Amino acid sequence: MSTRDVTLDHVSIRFGQHTAVNNALLNIAGGEFFSFLGPSGCGKTTLLRCISGFIEPTEGRVLIGGKDMKRVGPNKRPTALIFQNLALFPLMSVADNIAFPLEVRGVGRKERRKRADELLDLIALPGVGDKKVYELSGGQRQRVAIARALAVEPDILLLDEPLSALDLKLRQHMRTELRAIQQRVGLTFIYITHDQGEALTMSDRVAVMNAGVIEQIDDPLTIYEKPRTPFVASFVGETNSIPGKVVSQSGFDVSLDTALGRLVGRSAGGRQFASGQDVVLFVRPEQLMLDPGGKIAATVVKEEFEGSQRHLFLEAGNAALRVSRVGGGAELMAPGLAVKLNFDPGRSSVMPAAGA
Amino acid sequence: MSAPATSGRSFAVFYSILFFAFLFGPLLIMTVTAFNSSSFPRVTPWECFTTEWFSVLINNDRLMQGLVTSIFIGIGVVAISVPVGLAGALALSEINPALRSALYTVLITPVLIPGVVLGISTIVFWGNLGRSLGGGAQDLFFNGIFLTIVGQVTFISAYAMLIFSARLQRFDPTLTEAALDLGATPGQAFRRILLPFLRPAIGSAAFLTLLASFENYNTTVFTILADNTFTTALASKIRYGTDPSLSALAVIIIAVTLIGAITHEAYTRRREAILGGAAARSALYTNPLGRIVTHPATIFALLVVLAGFAVWKGSQHEAAECKMQIMDEKRANQERLLEEQRLRMQQQPQNAPQAPAQPGTPPAGTNPSPFGGAFGNVAPGASAPAPATPAPPATTNPSPFGGAFGNVAPGATPAPAAPQPPPQPPADANPSPFGGAFKNIAPAP
Repeated sequence: MSTRDVTLDHVSIRFGQHTAVNNALLNIAGGEFFSFLGPSGCGKTTLLRCISGFIEPTEGRVLIGGKDMKRVGPNKRPTALIFQNLALFPLMSVADNIAFPLEVRGVGRKERRKRADELLDLIALPGVGDKKVYELSGGQRQRVAIARALAVEPDILLLDEPLSALDLKLRQHMRTELRAIQQRVGLTFIYITHDQGEALTMSDRVAVMNAGVIEQIDDPLTIYEKPRTPFVASFVGETNSIPGKVVSQSGFDVSLDTALGRLVGRSAGGRQFASGQDVVLFVRPEQLMLDPGGKIAATVVKEEFEGSQRHLFLEAGNAALRVSRVGGGAELMAPGLAVKLNFDPGRSSVMPAAGA
Repeated sequence: MSAPATSGRSFAVFYSILFFAFLFGPLLIMTVTAFNSSSFPRVTPWECFTTEWFSVLINNDRLMQGLVTSIFIGIGVVAISVPVGLAGALALSEINPALRSALYTVLITPVLIPGVVLGISTIVFWGNLGRSLGGGAQDLFFNGIFLTIVGQVTFISAYAMLIFSARLQRFDPTLTEAALDLGATPGQAFRRILLPFLRPAIGSAAFLTLLASFENYNTTVFTILADNTFTTALASKIRYGTDPSLSALAVIIIAVTLIGAITHEAYTRRREAILGGAAARSALYTNPLGRIVTHPATIFALLVVLAGFAVWKGSQHEAAECKMQIMDEKRANQERLLEEQRLRMQQQPQNAPQAPAQPGTPPAGTNPSPFGGAFGNVAPGASAPAPATPAPPATTNPSPFGGAFGNVAPGATPAPAAPQPPPQPPADANPSPFGGAFKNIAPAP
């Protein structure tokens, strides 16, 4: 076990009656880029503050490098947290900000400055050490915050939605940047976000959280392709959800009756369904294909063009469906046009309906 | 459209003039009176330009001793109130929200309690404490300076707390968390992050508490006991009669305030220009000479030099000659009045033999009233006093009003010889405390 491992051992955090985190159980390997993905209020920030030491778990243990972190304050843990607003010290210069962790550890002025310059080189911002924080752009501040956190020489870097304040272009650039820095320094990164794009592009593994519960932990591809729960299926990416009743199941293939007729889908996580059970079939918009020989009959409501993609909105059996196709090429389809659809059952998931 | 707009504008101008006259009029008049040699603070009649009232002020030991005491108390109050206020504000920002409003009420109450009550309760509390500890009158608990400091701290620290609270509301608590997370101890986080953020508030709080301590009267007048602060000394001076040295004091205070305000304004403007980036574009700031000239320290030094020059120039000024002249004029006037009176007295036996004998006292000059001849001398009839009337001359009147009202009576001026006997006995015999004051204004027969 490396010193950069993090283990959450049945961690629950409660504030009065409210359960912010419920029985979180996971192990993050050293050097991994691990993301917590979930809507706001799902408890991911609470969990992060628990790992960094600002909150003690109500139940369970947090282990870092195999050591129980109970009653170890944030200033004694081998973690560094990058705050959502970055929390750069506005009254200090950039170099003083970066060298702050060294200053409080009693490192001399010369040594501090040298280290700060090295870190500025690492984040590709040489020569800004004497500037004030407010003189930097958003992306530069972002990198300064990372440099300051790295000055602690932590084993684990915790990032609390650090990109949410940036504009789209910069955000995409910083994703690659963050991932590159992580691979260069080899630390464990624990990343909190509500943006699935960030989680999917950067992470080795993603934990999807909802209402204090970790719903699924998997690599990004599996999260997207094989969601285990209705929440994961609908939260990560776009999806079409088609409710129905199970008719029969053979292996992973479930045949079900829906408003669109009898369809066949893949059982999510290899569940066994009783016949007659209420289930939902999830199909991604890009998995639905226009196919003259298809079983699903639908009518075009409208088609939108969005550059690299086009979105076709359809109506079928009182349900709305969505199909995504490659952007360029053919004319947009006229409203009212009747089409036939098909999909590969292997790329769909059947799950118990919510509450069932 | 334009007519109401113009009338609205002229009204706004008129109102603004009135408003500023109301604000600054008293200050202007007070400033002028500080330089008039008249021993009563007034603008008219203008006697001589003088700076003597400043030296009268400086040589007033009671006031100067009070000033030293006030400064000592002020420093003590600042030294205690600022940390106590900061602690209170920190407690308010950290405490559980359910208890916050209760704590706020407790901390703010001393501001709402009348200063008189605080003053009395301070001496009662510490006196009792001192006695119960077996201390005598020499003890700290019966020392006016100590009592004033603790009495003022009770409510002045709440002012400091309000300033700190306002500043703390703008503090981002994640900065402290970040410092902790980066390895700082809570003490380091406080010293390196929160304290620098609060520095402007510490400055304002120190300044405000110093002012509040300096100008406080209600509480201090009780707690100071036998001692004197500047304010209490000033108040008692006014009670015993005023002279223009108080105007001189006002001039000094106004000058100090102006210097402070102008320097502060220069500082703020410079800071805004630098932070806003306007400094880089401005020709004044990019020029090294311009940068030195507009620096607050330069402006402060310039103003101090200016004030120092005014003081030096004023101390060179010699008003003795002018005052001598005024004195001569007064004496001449007085002699003329005496002469006139003597003349009239010679005529009196023929014109009004039945009038009682008039004591030949001089006019208002010897008046024992504290008002002196102030009002009498400016009265239109003053040049011709009324000894010829049946009423006695006001000058011997024992009333505290002196001859003030008598001399302005309409009947007093021409003073024709009364053909009838006097309707009243002479006022000398009048036992009324008003003396002959009202009788003299009775309509002339």
